[in-house]
Amino acid sequence: MTQVTLTVNGKAVRRDVPDTMLLVEFLREELRLTGTHVGCDTSQCGACVVHLDGKAVKSCTTLAAQASGGTVTTIEGLANGSLHPMQKAFNDNHGLQCGFCTPGMIMSGVDMVARYKAAGKELTEHAIREELEGNICRCTGYHNIVKSIQQAAGEM
Amino acid sequence: MSENGIGKAVKRREDKRFITGKGKYTDDVRMENQAYAAFVRSPHAHARVTGVDSAEAMAQEGVIAVLTGPELVGDGIGNIITGWAITSKDGTPMKVGAWSALATDTVRYVGDAVAVVIAESRQAARNAAEMVDVAYDELPAVARGDRALQPGAPTLHDCAPDNMIFDWEIGDEAATDAALASAATVVELELVNNRLAPNPMEPRSAVAIFDEAEDHYTLYTTSQNPHVARLVLSAFYQVAPEHKLRVIAPDVGGGFGSKIYIYPEEIVCLWASMKTGRSVKWTSDRNEAFMTDAHGRDHVTKAKMGFDAEGHILGFKVDTIANLGAYCSLFATATPTYLYATLLSGQYNMPAIYGNVKAAYTNTVPVDAYRGAGRPEATYLVERMMTTAARQMGVDETELRRKNFIQSFPHQTPVIMCYDAGDFSGNLDKAMAAADVAGFAARKAEAAARGKLRGLGYSSYIEACGIAPSKAVGSLGAGVGLWESAEVRVNPVGTIEILTGSHSHGQGHETTFAQIVAERFDLPIDSISIVHGDTDKVQFGMGTYGSRSGAVGMSAIVKAMDKVEAKVKKIAAHQLEAAEDDIVIEGGQVKVAGTDRALGWHEVGLAAYTAHNLPEGMEPGLKETAFYDPANFTFPAGTYICEVEVDPDTGVTEIVQFTAADDFGTIINPMIVEGQVHGGVAQGIGQALLEQVVYDDDGQLLTGSYMDYCMPRADDVPFYTIEHNMTVCPGNPLGMKGCGEAGAIGTPPAVINAITDAIGTNDLSMPATPLKVWQAIQATRAPMAAE
Ligand code: FES
Ligand code: FES
Repeated sequence: MTQVTLTVNGKAVRRDVPDTMLLVEFLREELRLTGTHVGCDTSQCGACVVHLDGKAVKSCTTLAAQASGGTVTTIEGLANGSLHPMQKAFNDNHGLQCGFCTPGMIMSGVDMVARYKAAGKELTEHAIREELEGNICRCTGYHNIVKSIQQAAGEM
Repeated sequence: MSENGIGKAVKRREDKRFITGKGKYTDDVRMENQAYAAFVRSPHAHARVTGVDSAEAMAQEGVIAVLTGPELVGDGIGNIITGWAITSKDGTPMKVGAWSALATDTVRYVGDAVAVVIAESRQAARNAAEMVDVAYDELPAVARGDRALQPGAPTLHDCAPDNMIFDWEIGDEAATDAALASAATVVELELVNNRLAPNPMEPRSAVAIFDEAEDHYTLYTTSQNPHVARLVLSAFYQVAPEHKLRVIAPDVGGGFGSKIYIYPEEIVCLWASMKTGRSVKWTSDRNEAFMTDAHGRDHVTKAKMGFDAEGHILGFKVDTIANLGAYCSLFATATPTYLYATLLSGQYNMPAIYGNVKAAYTNTVPVDAYRGAGRPEATYLVERMMTTAARQMGVDETELRRKNFIQSFPHQTPVIMCYDAGDFSGNLDKAMAAADVAGFAARKAEAAARGKLRGLGYSSYIEACGIAPSKAVGSLGAGVGLWESAEVRVNPVGTIEILTGSHSHGQGHETTFAQIVAERFDLPIDSISIVHGDTDKVQFGMGTYGSRSGAVGMSAIVKAMDKVEAKVKKIAAHQLEAAEDDIVIEGGQVKVAGTDRALGWHEVGLAAYTAHNLPEGMEPGLKETAFYDPANFTFPAGTYICEVEVDPDTGVTEIVQFTAADDFGTIINPMIVEGQVHGGVAQGIGQALLEQVVYDDDGQLLTGSYMDYCMPRADDVPFYTIEHNMTVCPGNPLGMKGCGEAGAIGTPPAVINAITDAIGTNDLSMPATPLKVWQAIQATRAPMAAE
């Protein structure tokens, strides 16, 4: 067992968990934050993306113990009360159908917009599509996901 | 009328919970006292099971039980059924091999479940499952459908020694042979429709809860049709009588057909819950999904089409071998027959058609309906044939299509279907205008200057949706009726609940279903809610698949609303002392037309429930139910145009433009309809360029993860151009045809026709990977090199 201490969505949490516990299991099973999803077992679908210390990570590929001491934001903690511009953009542009990939898409989208802003680079359609390499959606054909991220990039 | 009514791009009401992480999917359910299931699966494609030793697994900490097939059968759990009886051309019934949820003596594909471990945690269950020692006697295996039907192939089921499930035919063989014999040109084609894995992003999951005190079961499951699941679990698998079994499908993360079926895992979880007295959860991982979710497609086809000297089609003869995997899944036998060969006429006048379909058992995962189900296979064949024929005859392929388009309706094809409405030339015109076909030559020249090969591909698809008229499908062998149900419940305060037997797994029913109610009663959409996915709440219904929830599910709502409206008008006429015919419903009021006499909608609702002043003999309450059985299939149709650029040095194909012009009849919410097309087109591009389930000759699955099975990513697809044409469907009250599958049906031939146009050879199979495309280009160049 390992003691894991984290700040998750602004709240300090501490749990003793098996050494092998993944961050996504910690979030879903220990904290019951079930908005973060698991869609694969090879770190490719991105349904599990959260922010760890301000950067997008795949929580299926991160041990809870590895993250210990860090600050995690999940889809549930992205906005307080009102919607984050990225969340709103997904609703405005029909960027989701079944919603299963959506938390990961939104967390990846927020991360990519922030990175491009910080680097002073333009987030083109082409760049968005390449940046989404690690996020799979089976429902939307990506059209409206790209539009959603484009809209949010203009608003964030 | 209502600002959120029919035809409006209303933003989805269900989105809020999904974008904030508050969706509730099956794996999000956690019960008190919950245990976890892990399955022991066969590593062999074909073997006898000679023993299961669970002693070591049972000794592990946290392990509650290890259960096996003989115990399951001993407890009277029935075999898994198939729901559509097909009769072979010699009159014999199809051969259905027994399929137990846990194998008793033989495993027939890699992943076939042999035992289940129930433990305190998922990890403990998985670890212990590795320790269950199963003794196997390996048997020879066969993975390809065509090979399984060859003499000497290993036999999967004793009832079908030659692995032939059925040898079925449709149409008139003699007439078709005569037509081909008289043809000026006969075009031949051999095609493989590649095997696909549906891959909804939410893996399948089940939580089974046995309540011993009540002798009652609850199953949370990832289902497109919870009532059908309950019926099958109850009537056929004998898990529990229907009134003692509640099936809840909460939010479902995509399905595409793969969540129609009732799989071994759900059965076993329910049974294990009873055996152990614990709630039992199982959630598939992706690798397990590749090994157990029903696959799609997998046809090998030879076809001939005959034309007269002017290019009119005379006859079409088709021979198909369909690989159905190791067992007959629920709709597996209908897919390559009545959902495939009945669409072989495409959009064209064809005087004679003959189709022969042989279905084979193989040592692979069962194959069943996947988005489009049979219709993509038919469309791929017909539309590659039309393009091939135009190239062979040296005529313009759009002109060849136009010349043969069906122009008048209703049109009876030689293969059962009677098309009710359509405008095929109009669809083609719209697609060609939007795709700027006129400018293609210039774009091709510009691409050539950059060393790229540019090509244009067409596909004019038609499909049959609105599945389905119960009597018709019953006469063709279906084991169920395919109507839909709805209940419209007006509450005493005037708010409305719609209880529907359809079940959304991403289609946005909570929005579109409410739109038709808002339109009809001219009420704010916020006063309407949709209830679905729970057999305790909703009357029996058939669920969501086959693009049926609009044409069939919404029609049921319309029928129930008709009854509500009639009663509302009676109550209002009585209270306002007017004639029923003079009552109108608008603006939240029920009024006497042309006067200021009116009741609020909510006042009528209240009046129905207080029952103080109702017409003589009227029952109190305001709640109506309807079961709607469609009169015919519906026939969405359209033309898709794909423009590609191929790099001849690498074989890499880029889709530079994709245009879809569809005729879906009435559209309730264009935003949602376009989203359905986007997703379907992406899956079609996936089939054409990227996706293929691969088994080796021994039946080992080589594509068991996203490392080996190539899913479409955002940078594999373009922005799509979507156009709508509209001919109203005469068969249902809203005039809808259905839009859920069109993209997956129409796209693959458009993509392949575009690539073959670009590279100048017709010899290319799906998925058209860079290697295959490069090899095809090299093959065209080889003769030159040899000179
Ligand atoms: S679950 Fe993490 S990448 Fe798929
Ligand atoms: S919305 Fe269903 S997987 Fe993306």
